[in-house]
Amino acid sequence: MNEKILMKGNEALGEAAIIAGCRFYFGYPITPQNEVPAYMSRRLPQEGGTFLQAESELAAINMVYGASAAGARVMTSSSSPGISLKQEGLSYIAGAELPCVVVNIMRGGPGLGNIAGSQGDYFQSTRGGGNGDYRQLVLTPATVQEMADLTVLAFDLADEYRIAVLILGDGYLGQISEALVLPKPTGKVFEKPWALTGAKGRKPNKVASLRLVPETSLEELNLVLDEKYKKISAKECRSESYLTEDADYLLVAYGTSSRICREAVNELREEGIKAGLFRLITAWPFPAEALRIASAKAKKILTVEMSLGQMIEDVKLSVKDPERVDFYGRSGGMLPETDEIKRRIKAYGN
Amino acid sequence: METKTKDFKYVYDKPEALVDKVTHYCPGCGHGIVHKLLAEVIDELGVREKAIIVAPVGCSVLIYDYMNFDGCEASHGRAPAVATGLKRVNPDSIVVAYQGDGDLLAIGTGEAIHAANRGENITTIFINNAIYGMTGGQMAPTTMEKQITATTPYGRDPMDVGFPIRGCELLNTLERPVFIERCSIYDFKNTLKTKKAIKKGIKNQIEGRGYSFIEVLSTCPTNWGMKPQEAANWVKDTMVPYYPLGNFRDN
Repeated sequence: MNEKILMKGNEALGEAAIIAGCRFYFGYPITPQNEVPAYMSRRLPQEGGTFLQAESELAAINMVYGASAAGARVMTSSSSPGISLKQEGLSYIAGAELPCVVVNIMRGGPGLGNIAGSQGDYFQSTRGGGNGDYRQLVLTPATVQEMADLTVLAFDLADEYRIAVLILGDGYLGQISEALVLPKPTGKVFEKPWALTGAKGRKPNKVASLRLVPETSLEELNLVLDEKYKKISAKECRSESYLTEDADYLLVAYGTSSRICREAVNELREEGIKAGLFRLITAWPFPAEALRIASAKAKKILTVEMSLGQMIEDVKLSVKDPERVDFYGRSGGMLPETDEIKRRIKAYGN
Repeated sequence: METKTKDFKYVYDKPEALVDKVTHYCPGCGHGIVHKLLAEVIDELGVREKAIIVAPVGCSVLIYDYMNFDGCEASHGRAPAVATGLKRVNPDSIVVAYQGDGDLLAIGTGEAIHAANRGENITTIFINNAIYGMTGGQMAPTTMEKQITATTPYGRDPMDVGFPIRGCELLNTLERPVFIERCSIYDFKNTLKTKKAIKKGIKNQIEGRGYSFIEVLSTCPTNWGMKPQEAANWVKDTMVPYYPLGNFRDN
């Protein structure tokens, strides 16, 4: 089990979902995530599970809603335009407090955009693309190993908090092949007394978000959700600080762009320049406190994204002296370049 | 029941599957009747403890508050997809998707057709009252030609917005559904036929036979601007000629 194997990011994610006990997958084809449904269509029947290709993204997320309401561990995956279509369902899932895992292998936008990797859906993921006052947990893997590890974590977090957990990858991560050690099941068991399993020996269960009359106040639900979101914010922030303790220059990134930043940090260090990297592992909750600590001594903070600047808003909200924060991004499926990052850091001078 | 005495023969009670409360439906609305028929069928077939009602968006959005078994909300038009998820996880559940005309034939046409085409082992009850009730009487996909609604103030013009869509006939082009029937609740005789059709639909599900579709021509006196009896007559005289009653398939 500790043996290293070579897998594509999308397929490692699929296998990890099965390891985590996911036996239901509903999805719709869209590039660059097609390996996920293809993998699940092959593997789930072998495990006694159900793969169903839905007639639309809307149908897929609502099948997820139904399967989750029935008490199952369930997953769907898509890419940016498809995730836009799922927003209605995600809002209902938030309102009904249903656990599920949703994978977004981001591609360039807006609109049909292109099929190359991108990080243009940060706002949609962290601000909530659907209607109403809600949040969803957002995990941001940077390697194929993390695609697998964070998927296993995602199912536990979803069940623990009765929330949708979004795995925010990108087309490069989905398509790349890397060595990984498959994760082990965590063995955590979550009781689901709220699930729709038939009112035998108990009162009927209702899975719903509608609160029309004062006796079932919607604000009451909103406040319950808010308490949950506060608890998640306090307990579930995840990040990695790489060579940040003495860093004069701090790079902030996540996913594929963080790998490019890591390379830049290594090369700058070889030249005697004290650079460091702060990498998000959760985009919501945003690891603000860890970033405040990591950025304490930095003269400049360079936010690097595969977009024209989205995460930078959270970076500015989190650090002391936000005028230190600068930005470098590429969009439309293009990648930031190591040399350009180095050039910018050097240009800051002393 | 406390009212029972040895001097009286006990002949009728509210179904156990129905919650004993006053509904929010208008006088003469067909929803209450169909709710009760469904509850009676659930009791008679002994499946209350396995049943799940999937509610639509529309006037019957709160149906789960009236049914004394598990219930699930669905977003507008997505009941067949939600029902698919519920049923695939627990195949022993008895899953009923209850949908209105806007839900099933406008915003959720895709979900309705594909759940039927897959032959999902669920029962769909489709309430066709030719109008959007909850939002205040707008044109539905099933609104009759020349019918006045909040959004067809000059009457529905088929040359502009198309003819009313016939749900049973549409689904009858598919291979997998096992039962398709159109009924009505405009009088007692037809109400009994409606109950029989719902019972067949649930029985099919219990036996694992597949997808059953029961369309019920129903009333909306408030938004039609009619008294309850006028509304019942309007179903018979105006809707039935366009939406013929009867069984389309019973495999």
